[in-house]
This record gives sequence, structure tokens and C-alpha cells, in this order.
Amino acid sequence: MSTSMHPDIRRHTRTAAAPQGAPDPRRAGGTAVQAAPPKTAVTFTVNGTPRTLTVDNRTTLLDALREHLHLTGTKKGCDHGQCGACTCSVNGARINACLSLAVMHDGDAIETIEGIGTPDALDPMQAAFVKHDGFQCGYCTPGQIQSARAVIDEIRAGIPSHATGDLTAAIEITDAEIRERMSGNICRCGAYANILAAITEVAEDRA
Amino acid sequence: MRAFSYEKATSAEAAARAAAAHDGARFIAGGTNLLDLMKLEIETPVHLIDVNGTGLDQITETADGGLRIGALVRNTALAADPRVRAGWPVLTRALVAGASGQLRNKATTAGNLLQRTRCPYFYDTAQPCNKRSPGAGCAAQSAGAFSRQLGIIGISDACIATHPSDMAVAMRVLDAVVETVTPEGETRAIPIADFHRLPGDTPEQDSVLRPGEMITAVTLPAPVGGAQAYHKVRDRASYAFALVSVALIRQPDGTGRVALGGVAPKPWRRAEADAELPNGAAAVMARLLDGARPTDENAFKITLAERALAALLAEG
Repeated sequence: MSTSMHPDIRRHTRTAAAPQGAPDPRRAGGTAVQAAPPKTAVTFTVNGTPRTLTVDNRTTLLDALREHLHLTGTKKGCDHGQCGACTCSVNGARINACLSLAVMHDGDAIETIEGIGTPDALDPMQAAFVKHDGFQCGYCTPGQIQSARAVIDEIRAGIPSHATGDLTAAIEITDAEIRERMSGNICRCGAYANILAAITEVAEDRA
Repeated sequence: MRAFSYEKATSAEAAARAAAAHDGARFIAGGTNLLDLMKLEIETPVHLIDVNGTGLDQITETADGGLRIGALVRNTALAADPRVRAGWPVLTRALVAGASGQLRNKATTAGNLLQRTRCPYFYDTAQPCNKRSPGAGCAAQSAGAFSRQLGIIGISDACIATHPSDMAVAMRVLDAVVETVTPEGETRAIPIADFHRLPGDTPEQDSVLRPGEMITAVTLPAPVGGAQAYHKVRDRASYAFALVSVALIRQPDGTGRVALGGVAPKPWRRAEADAELPNGAAAVMARLLDGARPTDENAFKITLAERALAALLAEG
């Protein structure tokens, strides 16, 4: 299964080992024959291209993207929704791909970092991250960029945040709004000041 | 993660019936808490019932001027709803104080109520935990345990975990009602005051839901007006669980309602404490936290709760 490709990470090893080591709870008699882990077929579009997979039900959207579709731009950091490295867009909303099962995305439109720009034609947010040096090692950057693009859309759509003052007035794009809305994306290198500068520039250009 | 079979339900009634038909089944909606716990094998369902196709994703107005919030309404959608922002603003304030933008886009109203505690000993499968393994013991109450985040009231010798939700604290101060359907097709309306259980000797049961029973909606009574606020105190400025949170509704005459998060196994509110609001934060907390049993590490929450309320009252 897909997650066995990360033997260096303890939780993945445990995940991979469970079907062999644990009795199949669906077999009340505890017979020696192990049933194969249940699989389900799922069809969704990724960056506009229809994709059909048959995956072990346990496969997260993140692992489907990375290990089955080989779209490795979306990163696995904590695998528990805490770091935001796996942030991608599903039907226009940013989510943690690590906390969602692939089989639950039948019919969905998924957008990853690979779908928003190319080295020759960067998305404005990608270009702004380069211009403002909004990264050091770069591992969190795809998630930061996916989140940053969504943050501007969410403010434009009038979705309030913890930093919003008047709940009935139009929301202004301020440093405080951007910082609060980006709190689900962690940067271990601490490039936050430059990430904020990049997002601010794109927001102002779009204003 | 343990292997599981998977099905999609197309109605709440069908989902409840399916849950009753499978031992070890769980409903899954947003999945942001359940999948986290399944990866750690704290939750080990053998069958998942995907309820996202049950159509419970609408917010509608009720005949008495209230709102009926479908179980699947995402936290982002609920926080952003213009009716909620205008009539029940403490709910929006509580929602946006919780989690991250990504998680709020996925997390549902019912799932938020049903999320499990973030007690570090519940999460650490190498430690005994009565909520995770009934009868195992409570590592959080052993000598030298880290109990800074944990509960100070409503707790028991078996468990001192808190309920982590911000949303539920606002719903408690708003007198929300949880609507459910059972596998037999019967419906129940459970006041949120009665929805979450105190641990007693059975901390493994977080709520009064029966096997297979599914939440279909949460209803809010008509707006009560007043100045509404939610003050969350935490170790980081964002994306952290509450040490203490206060939901406050204050009327122009000084009366009102107060509920606390971060201190108990459920949103914590007492009528006799509400009645003390005109007399200030100390008077409220003397009633609201009467009987508290903190540890050395979390006794600060008593002072913090009073100061958090005082700060809100000072804002006017």
C-alpha cells in the first residue's frame, strides 16, 4: 500500500503493518485467512484531468495524490492537520489533504500546486513568493501558496476570521487578517515576514 | 490505521440503520478529528458510513424566529452566514476562534460537537486512559502528570479531560438544541445542556447519544439580543485549544448569560452564576466554579476565568 513507502516515519510503518499484524475484525471466528483490505473505486478531477483510482479505503487524499498520481508537489508534513503542508483546494475550498479519505472525493474537483502555474508561467502568488523570498527550504511552500490564494478569496467572499472587527462590515485585508488566516500553515524556517509580504502584494494587485 | 469497509448513506435514517447493523461502525462527515484518531489507532472503526450525501447541509429559519443548522453545515459556512452574524454573533466569534481555515472548511456542525478530547494522555496510547480504554486508569492524574490543559470542574477520579469545542460553548450560552434520529427512525431533541456527559465512572461515553443515533441538526432559539462576545485565552495567538474561554451575552440592564470552555468535560454554565452577572466577574465565578477540583498545574484556570470574564465586562 502507498504509505509503506515511508518506512522512516513511525506512524506510517504502523499503518502499513496493521493489516498483517492485526486480526481481521470482520472475521468473527478469527480464522487464519486474512481478507484483503477493502478497496473502493473513486473518480475525481485533479487540475482539470479526470482520474479514476481503486484504492485501499484507508488512503488519504494526500497519499492518493502523491503515491498513486505521483503529484508530489503537495507535501506530507505532520500527516495530522497541524502543519498545513498538504493544503490543496477541493471544489474551491482549501483543506488538509491528509485528513480526508480519497474515497470520499468522488466527483470532486481537486486543485494542487501543479495546477496553478508552471516554471515558465508562474501564478502571481508563486511569483510573489519568489520576489519576496517567502521560503527557505521550500517544503511548506506549496501549502503556503495554496492557502495564501484561498485566504485572499475568503476575505473577498466576506468570510470572517478571529481578526475581524465588525462582523457586519466589509472585511479589510490587513496584516492581522492575513496572519490569523495563515495560522494553519507552519514554516519551520520562519519565513513568515516574507510570506506576509508576498500575500500582501498579491492582495493589493488584485484590489 | 486499521482496515475498514466503507459505504455512503443517502439519508440520515439510512445512516442510522446502517450504524445499528454494523458493530464497530462510525459515521464520517468532515473526518478531521476521526481520521486523526484512526491514524493513531485510538479510534478503530471496522466500518465507516459516509454521511456527506444525506443533504443535511442547509441553514433554515424556524417558525419561532430561530435557526435550524443542518448537521453537515461546515464551520466556515456557519460562521459566515449573515443571519448568524447578525442574530447570534457569539456563535460566529466562537467558530472563528477554533482550528484553522483549512479545518473549518471541512469540519461540520455535528462533528464539532462530537469531537474527542485533546487530553495528551488520551492521545498517547502508551499511557493508561479510562476514556480510551475503560478501566485502564487515568494517567493525567498520576504523580507528575502534565495537567495544565485539563479540566477543573465536572471531572471525576476516572477522567479530568475537557471538551475541546469552542462552537459548543457558544451554543450552550444560546440554549441550542441537538436534533437526532435513531436507527428505529425516532427523533429526539436534546438540549445542549444535557448533550455532553460528565465522566463519572464511564468517561468513555462523551455524550448521551445511543448506539447508531445520528445528529441531524442543531437549532437555535430566536435571537436574545444583547452584547455578545467570545474571549478565548490560549498559549498561542491562533490555532490552539483554549486554556479558558468565555462566551458572554450581556443585556443593557446588566443581566445576561455566561458559559466557559476549557475547564470541564462539557460547555460549563450554571443558572445561579448567570444571575450574578450584575454583581461582576468575581461573583459569577464564585458560583460558576464552586466545587472546582483543580490540580496544582491548572489551578490558574480559576483566576484566569475570572479575569477573562472581567476583561469582557470591562469592554462594556
